[in-house]
Amino acid sequence: MTDALLHAQGLAKTFEGRRGLFQPASRIQAVADVDIVLARGAALGIVGESGCGKSTLARLLLRLIPPSAGTIRFDGQDITALEEHAMRPLRRRMQLIHQNPSAALDPRLSAEDAVAEPLRIHGVASGRALRDRVAALLAEVGLPSAFLHRFPHELSGGQKQRVCIARALALQPELLVLDEPTSALDVSVQAQILDVLEELRARRGLAYLFISHNLAVVRQVCERVAVMYLGRVVEEGTAAAVLGAPRHPYTRALLGSVPRLGARGMAPAAAGEPPNPAAPPQGCAFHPRCAIAVDACRSSIPPLLAVGDGHHVRCPLSL
Amino acid sequence: MTALVEIRDFRLSFDTFDGTAQVLDGINLTLNAGDTLGIVGETGCGKSVLARSLLALNPSPPARIVSGEIRFRGDDILRLPERGMRKLRGRAISMVFQDPASYLNPLLSVGTQMEDAIRGQDAAAGARARPRHAARALAAVLLAAVGLPEPARLLDSHPHQLSGGMRQRVLIAMALAGEPALLVADEPTTALDVTVQAQVLALIARLVADRGLALMLISHDLGVVAASCARVAVMYAGTVVEEAPTTELLARPLHPYARGLIAAVPDLDRPDHRPQGIPGSIPGLIAPPTGCRFHPRCPAATHRCRTEKPLPRALLPGRAVACHHAVP
Repeated sequence: MTDALLHAQGLAKTFEGRRGLFQPASRIQAVADVDIVLARGAALGIVGESGCGKSTLARLLLRLIPPSAGTIRFDGQDITALEEHAMRPLRRRMQLIHQNPSAALDPRLSAEDAVAEPLRIHGVASGRALRDRVAALLAEVGLPSAFLHRFPHELSGGQKQRVCIARALALQPELLVLDEPTSALDVSVQAQILDVLEELRARRGLAYLFISHNLAVVRQVCERVAVMYLGRVVEEGTAAAVLGAPRHPYTRALLGSVPRLGARGMAPAAAGEPPNPAAPPQGCAFHPRCAIAVDACRSSIPPLLAVGDGHHVRCPLSL
Repeated sequence: MTALVEIRDFRLSFDTFDGTAQVLDGINLTLNAGDTLGIVGETGCGKSVLARSLLALNPSPPARIVSGEIRFRGDDILRLPERGMRKLRGRAISMVFQDPASYLNPLLSVGTQMEDAIRGQDAAAGARARPRHAARALAAVLLAAVGLPEPARLLDSHPHQLSGGMRQRVLIAMALAGEPALLVADEPTTALDVTVQAQVLALIARLVADRGLALMLISHDLGVVAASCARVAVMYAGTVVEEAPTTELLARPLHPYARGLIAAVPDLDRPDHRPQGIPGSIPGLIAPPTGCRFHPRCPAATHRCRTEKPLPRALLPGRAVACHHAVP
């Protein structure tokens, strides 16, 4: 796997909770034993419900927080323990898009200034060349020059997200980590932003790590998908296999719970709610909600098993 | 037969420093006993303001009723004094909201809050508040009715000890306390995970069927409305652009905005179908577009659309469309 842009192995993150007066510190295993391979120009979706560790995983992969275990390689280079000054040149090549563009933009910076800022900081361009470059970036995300001098409060949610994307593109990254990029947007605007993202990927050969709770959006954008539950990947493979023919009971429950336009009525596909990460169930974390759980599920965590071409499932009962 | 709720040409404005925002611009809707009506639309279309209008929950100022009426069992509730409104809230019309955590007091146990709500209902009805132990007994019954296990233990717990799904069930239980005829649910599952959302929607469907409740469900999610409601009204910029049986609307939307909204939803089962965005963005309501408020984004807009506001037309039985050019 030398041609992978991003390659993580055995990645884990444990957060230490605050110690109470009479209580020992609680430990929350947010991410455990995660392997990720993202090829250049590919799009990998990470899906799961709140608390499954998908946003923590994104922050780990960008080295915004240090992992507790495992290794991360970016373009062949081990970045697991790189010092911040050594990370800085790599940061230009990996960018993050947040869920809420209103919070991600400085209210005092115009669209032009917001996009120019990273170019100035990295000394990429100045003067006329800088202005031309910023205008070209904004045009690339569908914002004509009329938007250059608008401030965030003069922009709609979709337009703000376009500014964030242009800003992320400014330093010509190879990897975009998109953390719920359309969740704060209306559905008619979501479709526009997804179009912009798809065009950019095709034109610039970007790789996407696309984090979302919206399975339909992930199915549209990504070739591969990893499903997380309580910090672990429970199923991964091509989007067509995982979302079209799911094997893991949790993936099935997740897909069965999505309201479909064509269907009246709602049959809950899983009982109960995701468990508290501070007190995870023994064995397979999904067993308390699983309809097919057996004794073995309650005692040991099953390994990821290959069930087909590049399709892995963390459930021996689904073989 | 008198309709349960009849909204006629209802107009409501918000007075702001920048001017008067015409938030609801002539809403017409009818709900009969046992009906399930979904209100769907994007941010700022006025769906939540409309829902809150049924219970006079929009703070005034800034909200100002301009014209029209909302009749509940024939009585115009817009002209009701606060005392009269209090008799309706919870007893005739109940409401559940998007974010269950912010509607529960973090300092009080679930039991205390439910007792207070139940005894408050007694007082609003002009009766003597029942004793706490009797209110507690009813609370336990209600918690069991919304599918919460071990009601007795739950009554002693505090909101932070409950999951999001459990909190929303507690609020639904409280909404049932006054045996309302209509449940207004404003994005009741938006803050919940999808597996929990499915459970809560199934619960609402069961309560509606078992208790003969009418349901008005407000959502930005067409899928949620499709799963829960027999009829749906699509709102855009303060107007209802189309109202139809849900299956018919989804199969063949007649209003260009309804068509655009449905085409924008990515379909999990048809990954090769590309969702289409609607060009442009929602208009401001202080100076809304003239004529049809959708005309600046409409692919079929003509001169008439820019000058003349389209009124709802019954193009097919049970379907009303506010568009000059829609054809059945």
